[in-house]
Amino acid sequence: MKLEAKQQIWKDYQKEIADDRYYYARSCIRQTFFPGSEWAYLDILGNKLGKTVFDDPRHTTCTGIGYHSDVVPVETIMTVVARHFALMTEAGFENITPSCITSFGIYTEILHTWQEHPETEEQTREFLWKATHREFKKPKNLAHTSDVIYKFRNEIAALKQHSLTDVHTGRPLRVVDHIGCHYAKMFPSQGIGGAEFPAVLSGMVTAWGGEPVDYPERRHCCGFGFRNYLVLANRGYSVANSKKKFESMQPYEPDFIITNCPGCAMFLDKWQYTISEMEGTTYGKNGYGIPVLTYEEAAALVLGYDPWEIGLQMHQVSVEPLLEKMGIPYDPDAKYRNLRGEDMGRPACPTYLKV
Amino acid sequence: MNNIWGFTISNARAINYDKNDHSFAQYIIEKVPSIQLCIGCGGCTATCTAGMFTEFNIRKLQMLVKRGENQEAYDNLHKCMLCGKCLLVCPRGVDTRRMIFNMLKYIDNQKQ
Repeated sequence: MKLEAKQQIWKDYQKEIADDRYYYARSCIRQTFFPGSEWAYLDILGNKLGKTVFDDPRHTTCTGIGYHSDVVPVETIMTVVARHFALMTEAGFENITPSCITSFGIYTEILHTWQEHPETEEQTREFLWKATHREFKKPKNLAHTSDVIYKFRNEIAALKQHSLTDVHTGRPLRVVDHIGCHYAKMFPSQGIGGAEFPAVLSGMVTAWGGEPVDYPERRHCCGFGFRNYLVLANRGYSVANSKKKFESMQPYEPDFIITNCPGCAMFLDKWQYTISEMEGTTYGKNGYGIPVLTYEEAAALVLGYDPWEIGLQMHQVSVEPLLEKMGIPYDPDAKYRNLRGEDMGRPACPTYLKV
Repeated sequence: MNNIWGFTISNARAINYDKNDHSFAQYIIEKVPSIQLCIGCGGCTATCTAGMFTEFNIRKLQMLVKRGENQEAYDNLHKCMLCGKCLLVCPRGVDTRRMIFNMLKYIDNQKQ
C-alpha cells in the first residue's frame, strides 16, 4: 500500500518525452569542448535505437550566454528562439530536443512567458516575420537530450557491451551525478524528479549497473553561472563552488562524475586542473582527478564505442583509470591521433594533476 | 606557486560547526550558565552605549561564540565598557556583564 502511494507521488515528478522524430538543437559549449559527445548522441539515437533525429545546420546559438550576461535583450532572444521553432516547423518536426541545459531552460522560460503574456508571443512573431519572413508553430514536446537518453535507458542497457561495474572486483561503480541548474531549478515540473529528487542521471546510472551516490552538495551549482565566470573578478567565486562540490564528494571515493549540462561538464573537468595548479590539491586516487563524463559519453562507453572515437581525450582529467576499471580496451598510442591516424600533438602535462 | 590566473579561489563563507573550536563557548557556559537562557531578543544590543558609537553588538557576540567563530568575537570584545545596562534590560536574567568579563579573562589567559 505504501509503495502504491509512493508510485502515485512519483508520477508528479515525471514529464512527457516524445518517442521519436526529434529536432536537435546543438550546444555552443558541448560541440566546442566535447564534440564527440554530441556525435555519440546522434549515432546512438540514429543507428542503435533507430530513431529519427534532424541535426539542422541552419540552427544557431540560442544566445542564452549573452542573455544571462545581460548583453542580449529578452526580445532578441525570443526572436532567435522563434527562428529555431520556425526551422523546426519548416523541417516538419514537432519535438525539439536541445543538447544544452541553458537552451532547455531558455526554451522553457520563453514558452512559459508566451503562455502567461500572449502579447509577447505576438510581438515575437512580428519581429521574426520582419527579420526573416518566417512563421512558426510552437513545439508539441520539449525535452532535453538527457531526458531522451533517460527514456531509452533500458533499451541502451539491453544493448550494453560494458556495465558500470569494476570488472576486477564486480563492485558497481560509485557515480556522483550533477544536474544542471537550468534543467529543473527554474521549472521543477520540467525535469524528471524535479529539483528535489533529480533522477534523470541516477536513473541511467542504475540502469547501466552503477551505484549513484547521494553526496551532501549534490544539488549545489558547479559555479559556471555565466557572469560568475565571464567576469574575471568573479572567477574565484566560480571555482569555489566547484571546490565545495569536490570536497563534498571526495570522501565517497566516486569513480566518476556524470553531468547533463555542457557548462558543468566543462567546469567540473577543467577546474580540477585549475585547483591543482593553484593549491596542489587533487581529488581522485593516486594524484589523478575524478573523471567527468557527459551522459552521452557514459552511454557510448556502455554501448562499446571506442573511447577516443567519442573524444574522451578532450577531457582534462584522465579517463584511463575508469576505462581500466570498466574493462574497456583502448590503445594508449591512439589517444592523440585524429581519425586519419595523424598525430595531433600532446598537451603539456599539469604540475600536480596526474594524466 | 605562481598565480598566473588573475584570480584566486574565494573562501567559502559557510560555517562549519564540526571544524570550529568550541572550547571558548564551553568555558563561558561553565562560568556563566545563564547565557543558555538567552532568546536572542536583542534588548542588550538596543540599550548598549558602546553599540551607539561602534559596531559592538552583544547579541551577535554571543551568537559568534556559540558558533565557534571566535576570532570575530575577540576582535570586538574590547569595545565593551562593562557599564552593565544590558544586564538591567535582559528579560531572561542573563548575566551579560559577567559573560563579557569572563570572555576577556579567557582571552587574557590564552595570551599568557
